[in-house]
Amino acid sequence: MRQLTTSSSPHIRSRWIASTIMRDVLISLIPVVISACVIHGIRAILLIMAGIVSCIITESFCTGKAGINGSEVITGLLLALSLPASVPWWIPVAGGVFSILVVKHLCGGLGKNVFNPVLAARAFLLLVWPVHLTIYPAMGMDGMTAATPLHAMQIPALPESSLTDMFLGTIGGCIGETSVLAILLGAAYLLKRRVIRLHIPLAYLGTVAVLTLTFSGEEPPVQWMMYHLLSGSLLLGAVYMATDYVTSPVTPKGRIAFGIGCGVLTVILRSYGLYPEGVTYAILCMNPFAWALDRVFAPRVFGHEKGGRSREKRG
Amino acid sequence: MFHGGIHPAGRKELTASAEPDGVLKPGQVIIPLRQHIGKECEPLVAEGDIVRLGQKIGDGEGLCVPVHASVSGRVIAVEPRPHPGGGMVKAVVIENDGLDTPVEKKRKMEGRPDREEVLRRIREAGVVGMGGAAFSTGVKADVEAGHIDTVIINGCECEPYITADDALLTMYPEQVLKGIMILADLLEPLYIVIAVEDNKKMAIRTLQKTLKDYPQIHLQILPTRYPQGSEKHLIYALTEKEVPSGKLPKDVGCGVFNAATCAAVYKAVAEEIPLVRRIVTVTGEGINRPQNMIVPIGTPVRELIEAAGGLKQSARRVICGGPMMGKAQDNLDVPVVKGTNAVLCLTDDVLERNEGTICIHCGRCAEVCPMHLQPLYLYQGEEDGQADMLTRFFVMDCIECGCCSYICPSEIPLVKKIRDGKQRIREVNQ
Repeated sequence: MRQLTTSSSPHIRSRWIASTIMRDVLISLIPVVISACVIHGIRAILLIMAGIVSCIITESFCTGKAGINGSEVITGLLLALSLPASVPWWIPVAGGVFSILVVKHLCGGLGKNVFNPVLAARAFLLLVWPVHLTIYPAMGMDGMTAATPLHAMQIPALPESSLTDMFLGTIGGCIGETSVLAILLGAAYLLKRRVIRLHIPLAYLGTVAVLTLTFSGEEPPVQWMMYHLLSGSLLLGAVYMATDYVTSPVTPKGRIAFGIGCGVLTVILRSYGLYPEGVTYAILCMNPFAWALDRVFAPRVFGHEKGGRSREKRG
Repeated sequence: MFHGGIHPAGRKELTASAEPDGVLKPGQVIIPLRQHIGKECEPLVAEGDIVRLGQKIGDGEGLCVPVHASVSGRVIAVEPRPHPGGGMVKAVVIENDGLDTPVEKKRKMEGRPDREEVLRRIREAGVVGMGGAAFSTGVKADVEAGHIDTVIINGCECEPYITADDALLTMYPEQVLKGIMILADLLEPLYIVIAVEDNKKMAIRTLQKTLKDYPQIHLQILPTRYPQGSEKHLIYALTEKEVPSGKLPKDVGCGVFNAATCAAVYKAVAEEIPLVRRIVTVTGEGINRPQNMIVPIGTPVRELIEAAGGLKQSARRVICGGPMMGKAQDNLDVPVVKGTNAVLCLTDDVLERNEGTICIHCGRCAEVCPMHLQPLYLYQGEEDGQADMLTRFFVMDCIECGCCSYICPSEIPLVKKIRDGKQRIREVNQ
């Protein structure tokens, strides 16, 4: 007789699987990678390759398995994209090793890490090699360095770059952060493919917008807000870092609270912090709260009153 | 509309046009003495007895519902046999003489049967909920009477592949509607609604035509979504009332009956014919001629598969029920019981694949859970063996609909883990 298999129900599964998600994230990053290459040339490609290869090798070393499962490629790529074009090649390599070995595997492996591996690695690099990470070459590699708009805003003053330049990304900054247009294209794709939900990015950006609009000091509020929204790693962070599955909440309200927390911290760190940018530390500070936010903002279970009691009959 | 749910590929087109032709004639039938919630029946026949079609062969006290011979012939065994729900259950095995000699009808009662008589006939005919719960319909109608303002007829059939209720509503709408009216006389509701999902075009057209003669019954067409047929979610979709956790539909004034159950009620009360046959969808990519069949209760699954042209080479799994909540069988000698609406034969390309283990915390399980649970944390609680975490995340409220396992991109068998978790809680509470 033929061999029939049995297993617990359900017997069918959606075609939406982990590798599909990884592929979608990589596809969504194509515009960002292209803009990085256009703006920063061959150097961007070199850094991206260094980051990815470093992560793949470290992952194989940690798991003892050769091969690529996708998540470490995304880690390496995002890490490289959040570095300035002028860093030496070994910076993304060191960052890749740190993110995969220390942040991911020493904290329990895939799905168990508390902190976003990319941002934790970036924080580590910023701590150890601050000089390399705070010089930003402008468009092209002519050896000129440019202050990012955020440097000016720390003074505080409106930066010299136009909002159009910031939208397209032809300003000083990290290789994947500067082109708002490219990131928005990627975000639209991720939302359409339902890889990410709108809650976190919207709450995050909305909070930054409201706070900068309210506390604009002596600058024109709307312009001040726009510069804040378009500059630095805010958008890349809101779309790709704060939405990292492992280190963010799953409940809708938890996600909104998480986004608001990230926004508040970003504005505080940008205004009063040592560095002009605050996205990295803001999201890292919120990461450990992901689980607690899910608990606090757990949705009401069907047939229960809020708070957990069973619903009684109503007259 | 309820929160969550999924839209799996329906695959109902496999059996959409195939109308059942005649009643299947099995060589023997295996009639388990427990096909309902409650105590097992005591057998009323012994090996060697000659039985007739419709003869009562098992009965008992309390919630117990009698079972009847679904063919005429000779009893060849009364012994434990494999049950499609799992395990062994004592069953009456009847060798079919192929004559379908009916049991002698008692003299017909004059006039309209009174309430007691209607309830007695429903019970004596062995009618149970045919949507899966298999609770005694007579007891349910008796208990619910006086508490109900809305009677809901569940014709959603939200599980993929299955078209048994669809076929019933298309071919025998009168039986269902007359059954509803009998139940309505018992329950005296203010409102009667029959709910059908919008993917059953034929059934809807037939009902719209037939319902002209039944102005009391309202037809509600719902957008297709799984698990719409879940009692609690159907009530919510229709009335926006939530059945409180641990309570019954009657606590919010609703009584839900499956369409096939209504047809069985009609036959039981109007014609005094017991529940001995039902429509079964034999389908799936793994079977040669998918179709709906009228099948005597107790027919071995193997005979249904043979009548449908046999399994294809690629068939890997045979399921009693639908792909979301049905039970995979390793033995094809299990019989069709009153609650079996489908025999589903699946191939490798549609079956679930590897068993994943690593949760990436994407939250899709929580998004699709119609009970608003967070399966990822239930999974974590079960993996860590933490009973208090399972309780805190309301493991006992899970209806095991399978949405979370279906959607999980890491392919974690979440429902299985949650079932294990429920078992853990039951053990802790003992």
